[in-house]
Amino acid sequence: MYGNAYIDPNEKPKSIIDGEDPIKLAEFEARIARGEKIEPKDWMPREYRKQLIRMIEQHAHSEIIGALPEGTWITRAPGFKRKLALMAKVQDEVGHAQLLYSAAETLGKSREAMINDLITGKSKYSNVFNYPAFTWADACIIAWLIDAGAIINQVANAKGSYGPYCRALDRICTEESFHLKYGHDNVVTLATGTATQRKMVQEALNRWWPPIMHFFGPSDKISNHTEILMRWKVKMATNDDMRQQFLNMYVPKIWDLGLTVPDTLLKKNDETNKWEYTEPDWDEFKRVINGDGPCNAERLAVRRNAEERGRWVREALNTSQSKYIVPLA
Amino acid sequence: MIKSLDPRVTRDQIELNNQIAPLQELDQWETYEVFHQKKRGDQHMHVGIVHAPNPEMALLFGKEQYGRRGITANIWVVKTANVFASEYEDQDIFETVPEKQYREAGGYKVMEKINKYKKEKKA
Repeated sequence: MYGNAYIDPNEKPKSIIDGEDPIKLAEFEARIARGEKIEPKDWMPREYRKQLIRMIEQHAHSEIIGALPEGTWITRAPGFKRKLALMAKVQDEVGHAQLLYSAAETLGKSREAMINDLITGKSKYSNVFNYPAFTWADACIIAWLIDAGAIINQVANAKGSYGPYCRALDRICTEESFHLKYGHDNVVTLATGTATQRKMVQEALNRWWPPIMHFFGPSDKISNHTEILMRWKVKMATNDDMRQQFLNMYVPKIWDLGLTVPDTLLKKNDETNKWEYTEPDWDEFKRVINGDGPCNAERLAVRRNAEERGRWVREALNTSQSKYIVPLA
Repeated sequence: MIKSLDPRVTRDQIELNNQIAPLQELDQWETYEVFHQKKRGDQHMHVGIVHAPNPEMALLFGKEQYGRRGITANIWVVKTANVFASEYEDQDIFETVPEKQYREAGGYKVMEKINKYKKEKKA
């Protein structure tokens, strides 16, 4: 599961290709235009490398932090089968973090540096995981709808231009198909169950709707910057396009279960073929992403605790002959 | 202490402001390239890397990371440092290969020659 690349709309509109060798840049762009992938040791523009590191690293952090709200319910999953499935899903998410850290590493940032930036709060991760999973139904909504959003994003990015990221995403998407099905199955169980179960899942949906709408990020300001990143196939679709795709695929499925979406303005405009909705509260989004959400502090403290308590084991296993080499692919 | 919705976190008695020393270089060890064989008779295919302190643990992590879904017959791990690779920059060293028709079965038009011979013989 994951969140989305977030290009800060307030970023200075400086030219991101200033100072690049025009011949190499032209070759690089021609390669992408031919549909060829870029591999780790190829020449690439500084901004391409920088944006990819940021994106892939944030994606990796999101996987590892996303395991925390979901893991909340492992001990109390209703029934042995669901407990097994949830453990498998959480293990997958941590495995996905490893795949993504590896892809980011090929661009020259070490895994230690990425983890340091996560636990000090310097790097971001998907905002949705700063919200709590109050009940079992919250975990079900996460597994269904957050994973659904993530898959839309990941399927798009898997067609990007950077080889190692595409390979990691292909593997991730394959594994996540079970997550989505598992989440849907759980939500359906609750929605077709007793009045108490229906109430529980409706309340969880109400709590998670605003973070879900935040999930794809604010509308992209169509800037020169966005345009270049799309030409380089770093960014594959605008945030609004992905949000529309999500609404199109999942709102009917939610309504089909007789559940309501807590947005009175939500409807599909038959003329434009687009969904209309209440503009999400982007001030809250910014506030939470900058550290002031209900769970930010806990998430990072738990992560630091895990790093610290595992440290002696990692050190004991280390040998002085080890030498770090950037992975090949 | 964190009072979490996750009972495991609460039991761990974690301070909210638990500053820790940064991870040092090689804290996460070096990397091994992993090769995965789906079933006997298949080629081993490169599937990615793992970080590990030694080959035995690289195999263990390789199994968890690349063998936890679907079927697996066998995996290999090779220290990244021990892989010698050609450079994409030198891709031109492979460029003449498609021209070498004499290395391909399709480069030999035997039937054309036979048919031509038979036709001429009849005439």
